[in-house]
Amino acid sequence: MDFINSIVLLTNFIFVPALTYGSQLALGAIGVTLIYGVLRFANFAYGDLMAFSTMLVILFTWYLQSKGISLGILPTAILAIPIGIIGTIFINLFFDKTVFEYYRNKKSSPVTFIVVSLGIMFVLNAIVRIIIGPNDINFMDGERFIIKANEFKKITGLDEGLAIKSTQFITLIITIITCSVLFYFLNKTKTGKSMRAYSNNEDLALLSGIDPSKIIFLTWVIVSILATIAGTLYGLDKSFKPFTYFNNLLPIFAATIVGGIGNPLGAFYGGFVIAFSEIGLTYAYKKFFVYILPEYLEPNSLVQYISTDYKFAISFAILVVVLLYKPNGIFKGKIL
Amino acid sequence: MKNNFDVKIAFSIIAILFIFVGIFQSWGFALSILNLCLISAVMSMGVNIQWGFSGLINFGVMGFLAIGGLATVLVSVPPVYEAWSAGGKGILLSAIFIILVIYLIFLINKKIKFKYKNYLIVSLVILLIPLMKFISGPSINAIESIDAATSGYLGGLDLPIVFSWFVGAILAALVAFVIGKICLGLRSDYLAISTLLISGIIISLVKHEEWLSRGVKNVIGLKRPVPYEIDLQNSIWFPKLIEFLNSSVLSSISNLDKRTAMLTDLVISSSGVFVKLCFSIIFALVLIVLLIFSEKALRSPWGRMMRAIRDNEDAAKAMGKNVVKRHLHIFMIGSAIIGFAGAMLVTYDGLFTPSSYQPLRYTFLIWVMVLLGGTGNNYGAILGGFVVWFIWIESAPFALFLINILLSNVDDGNSFKVHMVESIPYFRYLMMGLGLLLVMRYRPKGLLPEKIIRS
Repeated sequence: MDFINSIVLLTNFIFVPALTYGSQLALGAIGVTLIYGVLRFANFAYGDLMAFSTMLVILFTWYLQSKGISLGILPTAILAIPIGIIGTIFINLFFDKTVFEYYRNKKSSPVTFIVVSLGIMFVLNAIVRIIIGPNDINFMDGERFIIKANEFKKITGLDEGLAIKSTQFITLIITIITCSVLFYFLNKTKTGKSMRAYSNNEDLALLSGIDPSKIIFLTWVIVSILATIAGTLYGLDKSFKPFTYFNNLLPIFAATIVGGIGNPLGAFYGGFVIAFSEIGLTYAYKKFFVYILPEYLEPNSLVQYISTDYKFAISFAILVVVLLYKPNGIFKGKIL
Repeated sequence: MKNNFDVKIAFSIIAILFIFVGIFQSWGFALSILNLCLISAVMSMGVNIQWGFSGLINFGVMGFLAIGGLATVLVSVPPVYEAWSAGGKGILLSAIFIILVIYLIFLINKKIKFKYKNYLIVSLVILLIPLMKFISGPSINAIESIDAATSGYLGGLDLPIVFSWFVGAILAALVAFVIGKICLGLRSDYLAISTLLISGIIISLVKHEEWLSRGVKNVIGLKRPVPYEIDLQNSIWFPKLIEFLNSSVLSSISNLDKRTAMLTDLVISSSGVFVKLCFSIIFALVLIVLLIFSEKALRSPWGRMMRAIRDNEDAAKAMGKNVVKRHLHIFMIGSAIIGFAGAMLVTYDGLFTPSSYQPLRYTFLIWVMVLLGGTGNNYGAILGGFVVWFIWIESAPFALFLINILLSNVDDGNSFKVHMVESIPYFRYLMMGLGLLLVMRYRPKGLLPEKIIRS
C-alpha cells in the first residue's frame, strides 16, 4: 500500500505537472525551432508573441462571456483560440512584410535579425501592456478539476490524493492533437516536405522549384497557431501575466537548444526534458521516502536536490551543459 | 572633420534638452535624469567595447550589473559580527571546498586524457550541489536567523563605497572570465542566448542567497561618496552659499520672517540639487576618463587588431592573432566596465534590490542604447545612453501630452481615455521598439556611425 501511495504522490506532484508544463514548453519550442529552421534566426519576440495571442484570446473570451456563450464544463477560451490564431497570423505577416522581409532580401547576418526581433519584442510588449495592462488575469472558467484529491482518496481508499486539473487534461489532449497534425503535415504531405527541404538547403530547394514566399507564409501561419495554443494553454493552467510570458521565453529557448535548434521533434522532447528536470529536481522527496523506506531509514531533511528558488536556473544550467558538450542538441538539430 | 561636427551638434541638442527640462520641470529632476544618463552611458560603453569593437554579442548585461551592485554591498556595508561568529567558519570552509573542487576540475581538464572526462566533470558539478548544501546549510541557517528583520547576512567590509566600484569591476571581470571560457566558442546567436540565460542564473543566485546579499529583502541605506542633504542643511557654509546665490531675490522681500522662511525652503530644495550635482560631477569624471582610455585604445595597435578580428576573423587568425584569447580579454574588459556601472547605479540609488534586475530594463535597453547611438563609436555609445534614457523618462509626459491633444474633445471620465492615461508608462516600450526598428532600417550603423580610422 505504501508503494502505491508513493507512486500516487510522485504522479500528483511531479508527473502530471511536469507533463503539462512540458507540453506547453514543447509547443512553444516547436514554434521557435520552426522560425529558426526556415527563417534562420532566433526570435526573441516569441514570448511576447505568445502574450499577444493570449491577449486576443482573452479579449474574445470576455466578449463571448458577455454574450452568455460558454462551453459548459470546458473553458470558453477554447472557442476563442481560432480568433486568436487569425489575429496572430495577421500581426506576424505584418511584421514579416514591414520588418523581416527587408533584411531577408539583404541577406543580413543572424545578429541583425536578433536585434530586429528585440525591436519587435519591445513593440509587442508595449501593445500588450497598453491594451490589457500588466496585471494577472485569470480567464479560466468551466469545471476546474477532473478529479479532486479528496474524491480520489475516497474512491481508492489511499492516504495520498491525486488531483488532476481540467486544464492539465486539456493541455495534454490539445498538445497531442496539435503535434500529431503538425508532424503528419511535416513528414507526409508535399507542402510539409517542401518546407523541410527549404529548411535543409535553401538553394537546392529553390532549384527544385519551391516557392520561398509560400514557405515563409506557411511558417508564420504554423508559428502563429503554435504560439496561440501554447500561450492560451499556459494562461489557462496558471494565469495570464505579460511579464511571465516574457520570462517563459528563456526555458523555451533552453528547450529548443537542448532538443537541437531547427529540429521540431527535438524541440518537442526538449520541452519535456526541461520540464521534468525543473520539477523533478526541485521537488522535496521526503514524503516519498517516508512511504517506501522502513521507519529507521526515514530521512529528516527535505531530500530536495536544489531549492525551488532555482527552478529557472536548472533549465539554464542544462542548456549550458548541452551547449558545451553537444552544441547541436541532444537530438541533432539544424535539419528540419 | 565632418564627423566631429556631428558629435558636437548631437551633444548640443542633448544639452539644450536638459536645460529645457530644468526650466520647465525642475533642476533636480533634470539632474537626476542626467545622472542616470551618465551611468547608462558608462554601461553602453561597456557593451560597445564588446559588440562595437570586437563583435561579441553579450546579452548578459543584467548579470554583470547585478554583480557590480553586489560589490557595493560586500564592500561598503559594515560587517555583522554576530553573523560571522555564528556561521563564518562554515562559509569559509565551503568557500575553500569550492576552490578545491574548481582546482580539481581544472586538473582533470588539463592533465587527464580520458574519453568521458566531460561527463566526469558534469557529474562532479552535479554532486557538488548537495554536498555544498550539506556543508554550508547549518551555517547559512545560523546567519540568516540572526536579526532577520534588519540584517541576517554577513555584511561587508565597511570601506568607502567608491572603492566598491573597482571591486565590482574586478568581480565582473572574473565572472566574465568563467562565462567567456564556457561560451565564447559559440556562434553569435547561441552566444546571445547562452549569455542571457547565464545572467538569469546570476540573478537567481543574488536573489536567493540571502546570507550574501539579503536577497529579496534588499539592502538599504548604503553609503554615499557625497554629503547627505541633512548634513548640508545643518552645516554653516551651505545656507550662506545659498543666501549669497539668491541675494537679489531675498533682498527684495522686506519682511524678515518671510525672508528666513524662504531661505530655509531654498536651502532644503537646493541641498537636494547640490547632492545630485556632486554625483553628476563624479559620474562625468568617470565617463571622461573612460572615454579618453577607450578612444586611445581604439586608435592603438590593439584597437586595430580588435577591428581586424571583428571584420575578418579568418584573416586575423592567418596573421597569427590569437582570436580566442583576444575575445576573452575584451569580454572581460567590457564586463568590468558594466560591473563598474552597476556599482555606480546602486551607489546612486542608495539601495540594492536584486528583484529589480529584469532583462528588459537592464539588458535589452542597454543594447538599444548602443545600437541607436552607433556601434563601434564611443561618442555614439555615450549619445545612445543619453538619448535612450532621456526618451525612457520623458516618454511618459510626452505620451500624456499626446493623449490629451488627440482626445481633447473626449471628457475625462471616458473609460477609454482613463485606460490610455493609466497605460502611459508602457508607451516607453513602444517608443524604444519603434526607435530601434527605424534606426536599424534607415541608419543601421546608428546615429553616430563608426569612423574609419586610418593611421
